[in-house]
Amino acid sequence: MMSNMPTAAASANTKKRKKSKKNSQVKEIWRRLKKNRSAMVGLVVLIIFALAAIFADFIVPYEKAIEQNGQIRLQPPSADHWFGTDHFGRDTFARIIHGSRISLSIGFISVFLSLIVGGLLGAAAGYYGGSIDNIIMRIMDVFMCIPAILLALAIVAALGTSMQNLLIAIIISNVPSFTRLIRSVILTVVENDFIEAARSYGAKDMRIILKYILPNAMGPIIVQATMGIAGMILSAAGLSYLGMGVQPPDPEWGAMLSEAKDFMRTAPYLLYFPGFSILISALCFNLLGDGLRDALDPKLRD
Amino acid sequence: MSERLLDIRDLEVIYKTDLETVHAVNGVNLHLEKGKTLGLVGETGAGKTTTALSILCLLPERTARVKGEIFFEGKDLLKMKEYELRDIRGEKISMIFQDPMTSLNPIMTVGSQIGEALALHNEQNRTKEQIEKRVEEVLEMVGIPASRKKDYPHQFSGGMKQRVVIAIALACEPDLLIADEPTTALDVTIQAQVLAMMNELRERLQTSLIMITHDLGIVAQTCDDVAVMYAGEIIECGSAYEVFTGEKHHPYTEGLFGSIPNLEVDSARLSPIEGLMPDPTNLPEGCKFSPRCPKCMDICRSVSPSEYVEGGHRISCHLFNKEEAK
Amino acid sequence: MSALIETKDLKKYFKVPNGFLHAVDGVNIAIDEGKTLGVVGESGCGKSTLGRAVLRLHEPTSGEIYYKGENIMGYDKARMRALRREMQIIFQDPYSSINPRMSVQEIIAEPIIINHMFKTRSEVFDRVAELMDTVGLAERLSGAYPHELDGGRRQRIGVARALSLNPKFVVCDEPVSALDVSIQAQILNLLMDLQDELGLTYMFITHDLSVVKHISTEIAVMYLGMCIERAPSKELFKNPLHPYTKALLSAIPIPNVELRHKKPEVIKGEVTSPINPKPGCRFAPRCPYASDACTAQTPEFKEISPGHFCACTRVQ
Repeated sequence: MMSNMPTAAASANTKKRKKSKKNSQVKEIWRRLKKNRSAMVGLVVLIIFALAAIFADFIVPYEKAIEQNGQIRLQPPSADHWFGTDHFGRDTFARIIHGSRISLSIGFISVFLSLIVGGLLGAAAGYYGGSIDNIIMRIMDVFMCIPAILLALAIVAALGTSMQNLLIAIIISNVPSFTRLIRSVILTVVENDFIEAARSYGAKDMRIILKYILPNAMGPIIVQATMGIAGMILSAAGLSYLGMGVQPPDPEWGAMLSEAKDFMRTAPYLLYFPGFSILISALCFNLLGDGLRDALDPKLRD
Repeated sequence: MSERLLDIRDLEVIYKTDLETVHAVNGVNLHLEKGKTLGLVGETGAGKTTTALSILCLLPERTARVKGEIFFEGKDLLKMKEYELRDIRGEKISMIFQDPMTSLNPIMTVGSQIGEALALHNEQNRTKEQIEKRVEEVLEMVGIPASRKKDYPHQFSGGMKQRVVIAIALACEPDLLIADEPTTALDVTIQAQVLAMMNELRERLQTSLIMITHDLGIVAQTCDDVAVMYAGEIIECGSAYEVFTGEKHHPYTEGLFGSIPNLEVDSARLSPIEGLMPDPTNLPEGCKFSPRCPKCMDICRSVSPSEYVEGGHRISCHLFNKEEAK
Repeated sequence: MSALIETKDLKKYFKVPNGFLHAVDGVNIAIDEGKTLGVVGESGCGKSTLGRAVLRLHEPTSGEIYYKGENIMGYDKARMRALRREMQIIFQDPYSSINPRMSVQEIIAEPIIINHMFKTRSEVFDRVAELMDTVGLAERLSGAYPHELDGGRRQRIGVARALSLNPKFVVCDEPVSALDVSIQAQILNLLMDLQDELGLTYMFITHDLSVVKHISTEIAVMYLGMCIERAPSKELFKNPLHPYTKALLSAIPIPNVELRHKKPEVIKGEVTSPINPKPGCRFAPRCPYASDACTAQTPEFKEISPGHFCACTRVQ
């Protein structure tokens, strides 16, 4: 009779049913994502990168990435050294693999932390509005006025160069855009009557934010985070290229590019591999982010 | 019988996506005579708007499959080339959409939007000045001072915007106007203004009108003929008098009347139609209304009813086709 | 005083860049226990704001609200929260008024859990099942998510949620205007049945006069933030006094072909701006009978005949 209703038969065990429902929402998103070929390509490549980063030690020992060997300087790619060697005779392949650890973890950690900071600030600004909103957003505006890379450079210059300071710099320069995005997402969610309904039956602010606002704001936030990783990898590489990020001899893609530029004419392959690694990983995160946006957007449902 | 301006025969529209097949319109037969008003009544998802859009061949090409014939002035619109249709749209057939807020271009003055419609179909070879003059005429016609032609849409209220939309639709003096819920977004007093204006203009310009609405009140006040749609089919049609005062009715039509609170009679309870609109991806067999019908018989669940005809009044229901049922 | 809820000179102004928007401007209403007050008016007349102001969901600018004879304007947050159990609201839009990330069961259980009505989970879910039964939702839908349901079912969820705390007073803010006619009738019948069973008191906000006549015992007509006429339902339809009420009544298209040649009394013009309104009758700019007296001062809202109030200088 009610053919447009969920067809699942009545079930006494509602709890079990609830779980399968939640899963079916995730499944639905996954099904839509799977149809997007470029997003899937991005995802597969990223999984390979991630696996390489996780099992880097099993693929090539770390020593090969930092041990200097004057006898095999600047060798082109060969069977022994797939990606060639650099001017200290280090194996580029090993450095790329171990570098992915640094680059990807910078991406993930900085996005995760920016998301928390930006999320709290944006949620507070969007939910409470008024002067709280004004104060938070004006401070963010001040940060936004300074080009992100310049701000990051200044922070690293002030704090000194280290991996930790690099992270701090990247996070600070990215928090404003996250805050802005999350605030705007929250503003659209807050407009819904169900927020007012929750207030009408006495729900407190914290419950409203956690149970009503955040779950409904997740979609755009996930998308922004995915695309944000690409941006973070790029800025980390950029800072390292400028000598403000990861310090030698640690293998990092940006730093590798920086070192390779001196041998651009004699050994161009030294540029290709780190350059392509940055390019491909950033591109794949963007492709995946695009696909996620379409998959999560209920308006685009087929 | 006067001349048929529009004749729709066995119109079927199916929306096909990877996931599902939506049967939006299932064999609609309709005709409209010159100068008359046809009310197309039904609830959300009955296929009213799809029918209207297929007259203008404006359905999304990628997903919609259209079958059947739509004769307009003797020619089948569905067989026309895109460039032929362009000459018909706006000039011979115009459409007014439900939401006046989104059907106007916010960055063009209303005057230039009306002028654009005129310039696109410039059969009388009007000069620029003549077009300007016509724009002013048209605005005055819908009750907006001509001095406001330099204003932008956001400077008008909802009711005024709908007047502008009507002005654009009528600028080229079309033979047929399709109004898709033209007053649903408006307040009652404004609705009364706009309906009164549309009635007056229609009589003066002798435009034929298809009025799509869910409001039986509007139909009773404005339409000559009525067609009631349910699940992509026309289940009852005839003149307004036949449908509103006739003795025999499709159970769905009866249900619709029972659902509206009557202002003239006091009643304690409404008699709604139980259940929901059928899922257009999975329509019931036989009569589409049978799962909700209080007078459902065995035959209704398996056999699609044929039409019972009494004068111009047609009802698709087994109740009135007893002989056939036996 | 027998009224369950009563407002005295209730005002709600919103600050806008060029002044104050007088959404609700000195409204006096009273609803007896078990009765329904219909509030009608066109968009922007402040009827929804009135509904929310009465519940203090929008904090009124000034005025008094009496619930069971007690002025609740002075209540603090905690006392207000406790009182909200007795005063609930049903929203217009069945799509935005329920959280799309919660299942039907969770949505209805939410107020019960927040207000600690029961100790154990099973008691909560028994209550939810009972409520779903009351509003006519099949039990198999308890795990479903809102996007799987149609507007009518969603609105039933809204009703069940409002009822979950056993309220005495429910504000219905256009609960059927987003629904199709046949579904609309189902929900109206449900609301009326619930009133009979549970002795609820309604404030029924709508723009649809035929609906309001059907469900209300008394009707208040609003125009630009003010209540311009109030009368028992039948009396108002039989004997409307204010020119705006008359225009509103004659503007409804009646589904009767016999009446089609009766030209409705069409009032000219549109609602004026509620921002910094001029003194005098708000309806005067559109009123066919307006005189100087109408613009000079705001007409008094007075009792013309027993129970029939009107604010118009012409009506004595």
